[in-house]
Amino acid sequence: MRGKSAGIALCLCLGLLTAACGGGISSVLGDDKTLTVYSGREEELVGPLLAQFEEDEGIDLEVRYGDSAELAAQLLEEGDGSPADVFFSQDAGALGVVGDEGLLSPIENAILERVDHQFRSQEGLWVGTSGRARVAAYNTEALSEDDLPDSIEDFTDESWKGRIGFPPTNSSFQAFVAAMIDTRGEEATLAFLEGLQANEPELFEENSDVVRAVAAGTIDVGFVNHYYIYEVSAEEGDIPVANHFFTNGDPGALINAAGVGVLATTDQADAAETFVDYLTGDKGQRYFAEETFEYPVVRGLEPSSDLLPLDQIQSPDIDLSELGERLPRALDLLAQVGFL
Amino acid sequence: MGIAAPVVRAGRAASRARREASQSRSALVLGGLAVGALMLLPVAYLVVRALEADASSWDLILRGRTVWLALRSVGLAVTVTLAAAALGVPLAWLTVRTDLPGRRLWGVVAALPLVIPSYVGAFALLAALGPGGMLDAALQNTALAGSLPDITGWPGAWASLTLFTYPYVYLLVAAGIKGLDPAAEEAARSLGRSSWATFRSVTLPLLRPSIAAGCLLVALYTLHDFGAVSLMRFPAFTQAIYLQYRGAFDRAPAAILSLLLVAIALAVLAVEHSARGRARYYRSGTGSRRPLRRVALGRWKWAALAFCSALSVVAFVLPVGVIVYWVLRAVSEGEEVRITWAAGFGSIIVSSAGALVALLAALPVALLASRRPRRLATVVERLSYSGYALPGIVVALALVFFSINTVPLLYQSLPLVVIAYVILFLPQAVEPLRGSLLQVGPRLEEAARALGKSRLGAFRSVVAPLLAKGAGAGAALVFLTAMKELPATLLLRPTGFETLATRVWSGAAAGLYGKAAGPALLLLAICAVPLYLLARRVEVEEAEVENK
Repeated sequence: MRGKSAGIALCLCLGLLTAACGGGISSVLGDDKTLTVYSGREEELVGPLLAQFEEDEGIDLEVRYGDSAELAAQLLEEGDGSPADVFFSQDAGALGVVGDEGLLSPIENAILERVDHQFRSQEGLWVGTSGRARVAAYNTEALSEDDLPDSIEDFTDESWKGRIGFPPTNSSFQAFVAAMIDTRGEEATLAFLEGLQANEPELFEENSDVVRAVAAGTIDVGFVNHYYIYEVSAEEGDIPVANHFFTNGDPGALINAAGVGVLATTDQADAAETFVDYLTGDKGQRYFAEETFEYPVVRGLEPSSDLLPLDQIQSPDIDLSELGERLPRALDLLAQVGFL
Repeated sequence: MGIAAPVVRAGRAASRARREASQSRSALVLGGLAVGALMLLPVAYLVVRALEADASSWDLILRGRTVWLALRSVGLAVTVTLAAAALGVPLAWLTVRTDLPGRRLWGVVAALPLVIPSYVGAFALLAALGPGGMLDAALQNTALAGSLPDITGWPGAWASLTLFTYPYVYLLVAAGIKGLDPAAEEAARSLGRSSWATFRSVTLPLLRPSIAAGCLLVALYTLHDFGAVSLMRFPAFTQAIYLQYRGAFDRAPAAILSLLLVAIALAVLAVEHSARGRARYYRSGTGSRRPLRRVALGRWKWAALAFCSALSVVAFVLPVGVIVYWVLRAVSEGEEVRITWAAGFGSIIVSSAGALVALLAALPVALLASRRPRRLATVVERLSYSGYALPGIVVALALVFFSINTVPLLYQSLPLVVIAYVILFLPQAVEPLRGSLLQVGPRLEEAARALGKSRLGAFRSVVAPLLAKGAGAGAALVFLTAMKELPATLLLRPTGFETLATRVWSGAAAGLYGKAAGPALLLLAICAVPLYLLARRVEVEEAEVENK
């Protein structure tokens, strides 16, 4: 028994030693030849693109994956001491917050001007890399495109009772509610949410679970981002689900953007600019269009043929980086109705 | 034999003892202060951030919804703790004190759910029993279609937290029962008490400290949990904190809410303190204790077996089955299931380092608390729980703040991850240590001293062997919990460093359950090893007792 305890103690000590050394080595290796990227976008989605970037440009990346909002909180805590060079965020709100704290440096005009004005910061502090549309994913065995309403607000109608679902804790859904407050006002948004609640919706944690439930026929319609049906069918094979797009500035037609910003404290401004240039350039944009089924944000590029072109959607006219300011109210309303 | 010489020697020994005593006391106090200072970091950070808050953020904590969420969380913690005690205490008694068939096997099996992270467990429960889950799908074309009760909300949160935390109660109480002296029970029996009355009036009160300790670990775990409650869509207090970070990007109200959570934890500690009582639990008589007598279950044997089997099916076989199913499905669809050895190695390194350092930090806390229950000891002990009551992201942000501003070299290094584990899980090392110390009477130490041992020598030969038992259990608990930790690891790890928990997360975040299931399975396999060692050690001990 003594031998065993000693063995365990030895293992623990070795662990400690390795941990200490590992820490030392990593801080020595964190020299200035690599570009450090904080990525709120998932490794499964953007990992191959970032690997391609390293190969094409000869710049080594150190990528730190996490949740966009948590990485934003981390960047705010790090302040001037941040080891990050670039922040690659899942949504514009997190970039807006980091920019407001003065932690981002302006992006070169030549790059900014490639991108449609709705997908970049008004102060030029960040630029969009890809867009995603809010849609109603519907079960094609239960419904046809004609059965679906023009406005998301019509889902408060009693005929949809027990047939709809969405993920209220998901940041994309919350951004949609914030956008609705922006365009319709608080009162109308509250009335809409109460109407949804009266229809006894099924609530989910993840967008992909909503799509799975639509595929299984548990619900007929789910409010998600447009690309989740591709993600789920990649894992589950063919599913009887299609996207219904809203148009004409309907609040349901919000198009949110993933984007990238350069930290003001970077000592690798050139490499960082190359990175931003790559994501908004031909290879990056084609990757988002073809591999992740998102909307390219550079003018003149067409999305994958399954998607309704952006100019036909007409997203409500909103400054994406200010959506963050509406979020606390959106959360309040969601809580008030009982969705959170 | 002359008398003068020993007296002189005793006098010298006494003065040497006083010197040593004051030295060891100041070493203990210094150690306690150092640990206290470390544990103060998250609270200090929260105060800094809370002071930046404007009036509207302060209004937040007075709002009806905040109070409502706090009450819900407390209610969940109370019901989960009661249920965990209702499962853990009988299990401990059955596997240690009865002739349950396969007793030793059940002893290991009953602890197994501890290897399942509660977020993975909750997820598996949903996938199996939830709306649109496997059972629901299987029933679709039968008469029972759609008849499943909805487990989301309180029932799901309650069930998953209970099932994956009751082993804390079970393990601590089982250790407590093994340390019992049968003399008190025998006295009660010989005075005519029935065996049930003896259990209630003698055994149960003697087990109070270990039951209280286990319940404390479960209650505080429930308070700080975010993964299981959010998966089950049970609005809890931690959700309010996460919404401030994730939705509103606002650290000041999040800090105020977190301080409120610490306050709730302190209230829980006060309750636990009074439940534990002021009694002492070591034997005061002479003689050594005899091995414990086993109770024959008789016809209750089948009920006991049914209870153990049913519990292990729901709490272990079901979640593991779901994970294995995902792996198999991914394999059959030609997906590449990568076995992430590097991540497994990373997990083992940081978790074992965390277990060792937590153990070292727990020693002064446990010694102070059980030997010198004075003001300093109380303050340090209470502080040691503050990290355990906080969600991982809060502790992680506190360490970001302090390391960036004081020792930038430490930032995003493995030692910082280890420090985070110590702050987050210290009580899991303290409780077993304190439990084993409580059963060592100070007289034993005094006797060793009287027999001429130095203070250190007495500690080494009397206290240390008994401490070792608690130390093994404490290190194993911290190791198991650290293996499953996610939010602090994500924020503090060196860039590019992976653990199994981060691999599970990156698969699940992309909605690819096949990708998440591989590392999850490896995580379970690795965690089973220290759990098995813990159970084996118990067996060896018992064999020794029986041979005497």
